Amino acid sequence: MARAPLLHDRLVGAISDETEPDRTAASFRSSEENCSIPTDQSGFTRSEPLAGRFRHIGIRTSASLALVAGIALLTIAGLARSAFADEPPTVAAAADLQFALTEVAAAFAAETGLEVKLAFGSSGNFARQIRQGAPFEMYLSADESYVLELSRDGFTRDDGVLYAIGRIVVIVPDGSPLEPDGTLRDLRAALADGRVQKFAIANPEHAPYGRRAEEALRHAGLWEAIEDRLVLGENVAQAAQFATSGSTAGGIIAYSLALSPKVSARGRFEPIPEAWHAPLRQRMVLLENAGATAGRFFAFVQAPRARAVMRRYGFVLPGEGS
Amino acid sequence: MDWTALRLSLQLGSFTVLLLLPVGIWAGRRLAYRDFRGKGVVEALVALPLVLPPTVFGYYLLVGFGAASPIGQVWHSLFGRPLVFTFEGLLVASVIFNLPFAIQPMQRGFEAIPREVREAAACCGMSPWQALRRIELPLAWPGILTAMVLGFAHTLGEFGIVLMVGGSIPGETRTIAIAIYDRVQAFDDLAAAQMSALLLAISLVTIALTYGLSRRVGRRLG
Repeated sequence: MARAPLLHDRLVGAISDETEPDRTAASFRSSEENCSIPTDQSGFTRSEPLAGRFRHIGIRTSASLALVAGIALLTIAGLARSAFADEPPTVAAAADLQFALTEVAAAFAAETGLEVKLAFGSSGNFARQIRQGAPFEMYLSADESYVLELSRDGFTRDDGVLYAIGRIVVIVPDGSPLEPDGTLRDLRAALADGRVQKFAIANPEHAPYGRRAEEALRHAGLWEAIEDRLVLGENVAQAAQFATSGSTAGGIIAYSLALSPKVSARGRFEPIPEAWHAPLRQRMVLLENAGATAGRFFAFVQAPRARAVMRRYGFVLPGEGS
Repeated sequence: MDWTALRLSLQLGSFTVLLLLPVGIWAGRRLAYRDFRGKGVVEALVALPLVLPPTVFGYYLLVGFGAASPIGQVWHSLFGRPLVFTFEGLLVASVIFNLPFAIQPMQRGFEAIPREVREAAACCGMSPWQALRRIELPLAWPGILTAMVLGFAHTLGEFGIVLMVGGSIPGETRTIAIAIYDRVQAFDDLAAAQMSALLLAISLVTIALTYGLSRRVGRRLG
């Protein structure tokens, strides 16, 4: 096909030079002169679109179509998902409950036939997400202050209930140069003689177990020495993963995690004295939008069957001594 | 293997690609065929997500779409659900973050169509839609397909934004990339290994497809 390099420029020129009403006529004329393709047999009428108009209209229509299609799809996606109103409720739980609450939820499902979806993370992150509108129906914090603050600001049904008191342990992986010693004597010696390069705790900024680990290290007078060697987990479960991966000398994690076979298979641990840190008063609460299933799960966690599981994972339960 | 997360990721990828298809075709054509003031700026903006740290983008989305923001409030009044920490929020984030992956290959695809072919189509009296359907799309399809494959695979793998605006809610925002992270924390190495292997395989297929397709575009240009 012969190339017509001028055609395009001329069309563009015609369009931009003419005022609105003349645009059609101008582009029509110039195309008419240049177009060398016979059209009578093609079956298409010639009177309609021409290159200049063609691009213009084409782009504008496809733009609005794209927009309409986009909005339609987004609406469909939104409606389709909000239609599942009777989906199992999502429960936000502190990471120290990773294994214990999974067992409790399984027992709940076995007893009632109802399901809950569990999301584990740091209590501080969840509190922030709840404030930003995350669709959780129940929140089990490792630190009651988050629950009480949410309650004060109207995000929850009430003040919730205390469901457990947590403990922290020092854990060292198999093959670590460190001894698992709850009073941190060996950690002190190891810091002095350089046996400890990396030591894992949860991030004290937003993970309650990290905060208690920091308090214990400060109580032992080791914080300044160890601060530069800390590896911070986003939550205490990640800290446990770091502490037992073999890439660190060990770490301070939740007793409830250390008692899980998955973790205890990887190392040895010893509890840190409770007096060395503020108590880990763990409080749970139903959030404003909680449905019936969430309500039943909330009650189930306080029932004997769930308490037995929690006790097995080393939690001290409200109303019981240690 | 977290099947819920896999299904969620596949859903997210499909919806993202479906939404990006019209957007990409429109923007790709426009950038390929027209010169306009500020085109360079537009192209740079389209490319921005390629270099923007996902957490930066996630932060702005959190602030812009959050429950306290005007957009978040309008959305909530329409659908009764928040935009952040939901599937829809992830979808919006994913569409925006995949713009360069969709638009750039499509633009290359449309650029590869010689101008006289389009002009001939117009001269033949084809309506814009006929020309798009019968001339341009058949010629530009390797670019379009590349865009869709890249967008889909990239959605499956996105982590930072999903973590920030999605949280890790099972069946809602816990995509397969997040599920891997989650399984490692739960000491479930087997599931993490399986899901990682799956994503590795998908990435390899994506790369193979993209390279194969871009060779086709190259041939036509030459």
